[in-house]
Amino acid sequence: MLNKIYDWVDERLDITPLWRDIADHEVPEHVNPAHHFSAFVYCFGGLTFFVTVIQILSGMFLTMYYVPDIKNAWESVYYLQNEVAFGMIVRGMHHWGASLVIVMIFLHTLRVFFQGAYKKPRELNWVVGVLIFFVMLGLGFTGYLLPWDMKALFATKVGIQIAASTPFIGEQVKILLAGHPDIVGAQTLTRFFAIHVFFLPAALLGLMAAHFIMIRRQGISGPL
Amino acid sequence: MSKQPVSRRQFLNYTLTGVGGFMAAGMLMPMVRFAIDPVLAHSGKGEYHTTKQKVDELSTKPTRVDFSYEQKDAWYTSDVTQTAWVYKNDKGEIVALSPVCKHLGCTVDWEGSGHKNKFYCPCHGGLYEKSGKNIPGTPPTRPLDVYPTKVKDGFLQLGKPEPQTIA
Repeated sequence: MLNKIYDWVDERLDITPLWRDIADHEVPEHVNPAHHFSAFVYCFGGLTFFVTVIQILSGMFLTMYYVPDIKNAWESVYYLQNEVAFGMIVRGMHHWGASLVIVMIFLHTLRVFFQGAYKKPRELNWVVGVLIFFVMLGLGFTGYLLPWDMKALFATKVGIQIAASTPFIGEQVKILLAGHPDIVGAQTLTRFFAIHVFFLPAALLGLMAAHFIMIRRQGISGPL
Repeated sequence: MSKQPVSRRQFLNYTLTGVGGFMAAGMLMPMVRFAIDPVLAHSGKGEYHTTKQKVDELSTKPTRVDFSYEQKDAWYTSDVTQTAWVYKNDKGEIVALSPVCKHLGCTVDWEGSGHKNKFYCPCHGGLYEKSGKNIPGTPPTRPLDVYPTKVKDGFLQLGKPEPQTIA
């Protein structure tokens, strides 16, 4: 049945080359944990991507209940966690995944660094990878405020003070982040929400696309 | 073994698709259940709200009864006010009609605009009999909804309006 549907579409649109291009490629022996178990270190990039997918999905579902407003944010988080079926699981996935994605991206970075895989001709991919790391940290920072509890508020106050210590433009950076010269409040929350769910994910998807296109173009680095 | 042995490729295809599908389902099931929770939550049927209308004071003439109650909408709680037109019919039973016009949802008024012994909707001139039955030739196509009623300590209690069928 599925085969017939596939053939029907493929006959008209010739979709086979599309997915072959993405999915059908050799995994070199030195990258395959079945040959050398130590090759599991090559899994961290893929695991980062996997956790990112979970983050995007669980985040999409969380916004069905979450309200980015100082009066309702905490109440809506409390409601979705305690009243909605599987709320604790879905929020838990997003909460723990946020930490896990940083761990995975860090391990991936260590592997690339210690294997020297960033060297010519892969310097640009290293640069894009570091940008992805910064975007991830930004997602962690902005997402931390959204539950609007005490921990979130004071962590963000500290974070904004750190940003304010930037030489020359510190004050402007602070106001840009907080949305107000003195208050971490209503405008900060909506701003962080917009950055967390629209701006940074868009940047992340673009950078990840560049990261993956480059790795397919250049191939994975050779054995040590 | 049968005459068509499962090839190594087929076996791996099936097992990997199976395991992968299981993992994907384990990941998606909580999220989907989370999203459809409002559909599966109970609809709050059978809830009655107490009004300030004493049943003894009801007559055969429809009286406007406004009643307020606390409405809980997830994390938002508010007071809402609803209206009913209440009277006693020939058998002495209490009839409480919803004022929401069955044409486009405006609010009907008893003997509004001088229509004797009728409910009148000002938006498009819809008319209903005292029983709530819509009058043919006017926009509404169904009779007014009716509140289920209860009496507690001499006061009227109203439930959630239901469609009524009048021959």
